[in-house]
Amino acid sequence: MTRPPALPDAAGYFGAYGGRYVPETLVAALDELEAAFERHHRAPAFAAELAELLTNYAGRPTPVYHARRLSQRLGGGQLYLKREDLAHTGAHKINNALGQGLLARVSGKRRVIAETGAGQHGVATATVCAMLGLDCVVYMGAEDVRRQALNVARMHTLGAEVISVTSGTQTLKDAINEALRDWVTNVETTFYLFGSATGPHPYPKIVREFQRVIGREARPQLADMCGGLPDAVVACVNGGSNAIGIFDAFIDDPGVELIGVEAGGRGPAPGDHAATLAHGAPGILHGSRSLLLQNDDGQVLGTHSVAAGLDYPGVGPEHAWLHETGRARYVAVDDAEAMRALRLLAQTEGIIAALESAHAVAHAARMAPDADPAQVILVNLSGRGDKDMETIAAHVDAGA
Amino acid sequence: MNRIDAAFAAAADARRLVLAPYTTVGFPTLAASLELALAYVDAGADMLEIGMPFSDPIADGPTVQAASQIALDGGVRLDDALSLIAQIRARTEIPLLLMGYANPFMRRGFGALVREAADAGADGLIVPDVLPEHAGGLEALGAELDLHVIRFAAPTTPTERLARIGEGARGFVYCVSVTGVTGSRPELAASLPAYLKRVGRAVRAPRMVGFGISTPEHLRRLRGLAEGAIVASALIDIVRANGARRGAAAAANHVRKLAAAR
Repeated sequence: MTRPPALPDAAGYFGAYGGRYVPETLVAALDELEAAFERHHRAPAFAAELAELLTNYAGRPTPVYHARRLSQRLGGGQLYLKREDLAHTGAHKINNALGQGLLARVSGKRRVIAETGAGQHGVATATVCAMLGLDCVVYMGAEDVRRQALNVARMHTLGAEVISVTSGTQTLKDAINEALRDWVTNVETTFYLFGSATGPHPYPKIVREFQRVIGREARPQLADMCGGLPDAVVACVNGGSNAIGIFDAFIDDPGVELIGVEAGGRGPAPGDHAATLAHGAPGILHGSRSLLLQNDDGQVLGTHSVAAGLDYPGVGPEHAWLHETGRARYVAVDDAEAMRALRLLAQTEGIIAALESAHAVAHAARMAPDADPAQVILVNLSGRGDKDMETIAAHVDAGA
Repeated sequence: MNRIDAAFAAAADARRLVLAPYTTVGFPTLAASLELALAYVDAGADMLEIGMPFSDPIADGPTVQAASQIALDGGVRLDDALSLIAQIRARTEIPLLLMGYANPFMRRGFGALVREAADAGADGLIVPDVLPEHAGGLEALGAELDLHVIRFAAPTTPTERLARIGEGARGFVYCVSVTGVTGSRPELAASLPAYLKRVGRAVRAPRMVGFGISTPEHLRRLRGLAEGAIVASALIDIVRANGARRGAAAAANHVRKLAAAR
C-alpha cells in the first residue's frame, strides 16, 4: 500500500479541512509556534526531557487492561481498556500539556493561557505550569465552572487563575473565544496551550504529535497480551484529541476499524447534542475549516451533553477528513446510555470512568455482543470520573 | 472607479482623512440600524462599514459582542444585511463595505455572497478571519465584480509579510491599531505612529486605522499617519448609553465631531 503524503500539508490542511482562519494579529505567533515545534519536538534534548517527564512525572506508559468481567457480562468480543485515566491528573490531557509546556518554555513565554471544558485540560495545564514555573490563566465557561467545581478547585490549588466566561453559551466554545481574545491582546508575551485537536494550524498537528504516545504504547502492549492488532479501536470524540492520539498508531492498518463516539446528548434535535460529524455542515470556527453545528444562516448552534468535555459544536479537522474518507466511522451515544455504561464498567471492573470516556465504553458495549469471542475491541479510557461524581451521584440518586 | 478608491482620491485632494463609521446590522433593531447608518451619512461619514453579526466574534471586544448578541437575539440574518446595504445604497453614493466573519459567508457560499453583496450596492468586503493566503478565490471573484476584498495589517505583522499583503491589496489596508480586540480606548497606542509609518513604507494602498479609534482628538493625531479611520465601538457605546430614542441623534452628533476633526 502506498502511503499518502503526510497530512496535514504545509498549509495545515487534511483534505479540505484545517487551515488557519484567524485575525492577522495572530499570524506571526502561529508562524513562531510552528517554527518552534518543528525545530524542537524531534530534537534529542527536547524529546529526552519530554520522555523523562512522561515516564517519571505523568506515570507513563499507562497500562492496557483486559476487562474480563465486563466482556463476560456482555457475552462476545473482548474489551481492552487503554488506561489514560491512570495518568497524572486523571486524563490523557497531561500528554499534550507537557509537550506544549516545554514548547512554551523554549519559546521564552512566561505566561500560559488555556481553554477548558470539563476542566481536565485546564488542570493538566495548571499542573504543568506549576511544575515549570510558568504563570497560568484558564478560561472556562460559567456553566462548566458550575458542573465541574472540583476541577476549578484543583486549578486554584495549583496556583492558576480561572476566568469564568459568561458570554454566549457559557461552555467550551465561549471559553475558546475568550482565550483567543486574550491571545490577540497579549500575543507577544503569552503562549496559548491549546488542548483539543482543533484550532488553527499548527495546533491540530501539535496536539496529535503529543497525544500519539497513547496509540504508540497501546499497539505493542496489546500485541503482547493478545498476539496481534485489535479488530476495533473506540474513543470518544469532541475536539478529538484522545481519539486522534490512539487512532494514529492504527491508521495504516486497514483491518483495524476506527470508531469515534460523539455526544448524542438528549437527542438529535438542534441544541440537544454535540454530534458534529453526524449533524454538522462544513464551517469555520476557532481558526479551522471543519464540520460545525450551525443553523442555515451560518450561526453556531448551542450544544448539550451530560459530559462537559464533549460539549463543543465543532470537531478537529483530521476527524472531518477521516470521516469523509471513510477511514474512521463516527457514531453517537446519548446521555442515558453513557451513564448506564459508566455504572456497568464501575460495577463489573471497579473503574469509574469520566463521563466523556463512558461514551466510548457504551459504544464498545454495543459492539461486543455481536463480536466473536476472539475479537478484540480496544477502548481509550481517556479519563477518570472523580470530577463527575456530583453529576453521577445525582443520576444514581434519581434512580436513572 | 470603485467608490472606495474615489473616496480616498477625494480625501487626498481635500487633505483630510476618510471617516468610516461602523454599524451592526440589527442593532439596536433592524429598522434602527438603517436610521443610524443614514444619520451617519448625513453627519459627514465618507464611507460606512456594515457589520453582519456572528455568534462567535473572536476579534471583537465586549461592545461589538453585545451589539451582535442583541442583533442575533432579534433574529437578524444575512439577507437582512444585504437588504440594509441596498436600502442605504438607494440613499447615498458613499462607499459601503460589508463586514462579517467567515462562517456565515461560507454557509451562503463565498461566490453567491460576493455577487449578492455587489448587487446590493456594496463596494467592499471585510472578513477578519480570512487571511490573504486563504482568500485567493474570494479576491478573484471580488475583482470580477469590482468588489474590493480588504486585507489587514497588525502591529505584529512582520515587514516582509506587510509587503506581500500590500502587493495584492485593493481599496485600502485595514490597519489594526493595537494588538487586541475591538473596543473604545481613551488613548492611542504610543507605538502607533511608528507602526503606521512601517506599514506606509511597505504598502502603497491607503491605510485605514481601526480598533480603539474613538475621539476627534484621535483623528487629529492620525492626520499624516494614515489615510482614514474606522470608528465602531465608541458609536455603539453612545447608542446604548442614550437609549433607543435619543441614541441615533447622539451617535450622529459624535460622527459630526469626528468629521470636523478629520
